[in-house]
Amino acid sequence: MSSAEWQILGLTLRTAALATLLIVPPGLAMAWLLARHRWRGKSLVETLVALPLVMPPVATGLLLLELLGRRGPLGGWLHRTFGLDIVFTWRAVVVAMMVMSFPLLVRAARVAFEEVNERLEQIARTLGASNTRVFFTITLPLAARGVAAGLLLAFARAVGEFGATILVAGNIPGRTTTLSLAIYNLVQLGRDADAFRLLGVSVLIAFAAVWITEAFLRRRT
Amino acid sequence: MSVVLRDVVLPLTPFTLDVSIDFSARTTALYGPSGAGKTTVLELIAGLRRPRSGHIELGGRDVTRLPPRLRRVGYVPQDDALFPHMTVRQNIFYGARDDGASVIDVLEIAPLLGRGVRQLSGGERKRVALARALVTRPEVLLLDEPLSGVDVALRDRVLQYLQRVLTELPIPTIYVTHQMEEVRALCEEMVILERGSVVRALRLE
Repeated sequence: MSSAEWQILGLTLRTAALATLLIVPPGLAMAWLLARHRWRGKSLVETLVALPLVMPPVATGLLLLELLGRRGPLGGWLHRTFGLDIVFTWRAVVVAMMVMSFPLLVRAARVAFEEVNERLEQIARTLGASNTRVFFTITLPLAARGVAAGLLLAFARAVGEFGATILVAGNIPGRTTTLSLAIYNLVQLGRDADAFRLLGVSVLIAFAAVWITEAFLRRRT
Repeated sequence: MSVVLRDVVLPLTPFTLDVSIDFSARTTALYGPSGAGKTTVLELIAGLRRPRSGHIELGGRDVTRLPPRLRRVGYVPQDDALFPHMTVRQNIFYGARDDGASVIDVLEIAPLLGRGVRQLSGGERKRVALARALVTRPEVLLLDEPLSGVDVALRDRVLQYLQRVLTELPIPTIYVTHQMEEVRALCEEMVILERGSVVRALRLE
């Protein structure tokens, strides 16, 4: 593989890993709130969270572009306050990945939390455990399988992200071109052999991700 | 140490639980047919359910609005609710307030400590669940049909363990059952519950 291809692979893995990591705290919190509590506006939040799953990724990308651009409400504020630019940088790649992966993690984790016997959490409370302790010692360990599957799904979705990324991060070689975008570029240029090599890399990543997750789960049981 | 339910009301289906009970004996049986509301009374005392109205007192303090973790109640539910991902030792010491030596001794649990929960028999599970509640040094012990789900052949042994616990570890106990023989073997007083109401409370000889 050429150095440009290594750079693409590195960028893709780094941004996908970072995106997956960043959605863990809010994703698990949201999943837990949806699984264990009833609150006003819950169904609205549920719908909003699921939206990126059903909307065309390009449309989500356009929304993010409007929101995060220098003239957008959030992007403008970040630029003025911190001198931070999001759009057309690697940060936009991460944001696009996060938005697209978040619903997958929330869904998987929510189902996993719902399957944990609430009785066990109640008994832990009568034994003196705080809500935080109950979550980390009972709920999360017993939901580990589903949560791990959700993380895998989220990571895979991040690696494969295309539609939202190309709008909000562009397709800038050496800066925002990820694996998926690179494959698209190569096919457009008729460099099919190169495209197939990157395809092979994608398959390897997918294989490794599934294998590592399975190994982790095998060790737990 | 006594447990008092004062005009505690909680709608259930198909009746409404409405009770005033003063549990002041060392061991009180809460006796009645299935579906009379016995388990609900235990859950109210443990704080896992809130009454619609009325008050619950433990040792003179009003705990009606106190969360379960602050009530110091040792609740052993009918289904044991052992934590399946932990060893026996981790289960027992989950909420321990002492080294558990006397409890482990009385219930003869030492040989089980390293085992996984899935490797336990029905009777062993009961003992572990009982130990887990006892090592938190509860002010009151709530036992929900501790002999249900235990093989008939093992019942006498578990009953002996219960007798040892109730005599050697002086903790006021509320014992839910619908078996009269257990009441006779273990309890000083009996409260009979039917369809959410106390129909009789009496001292046993």
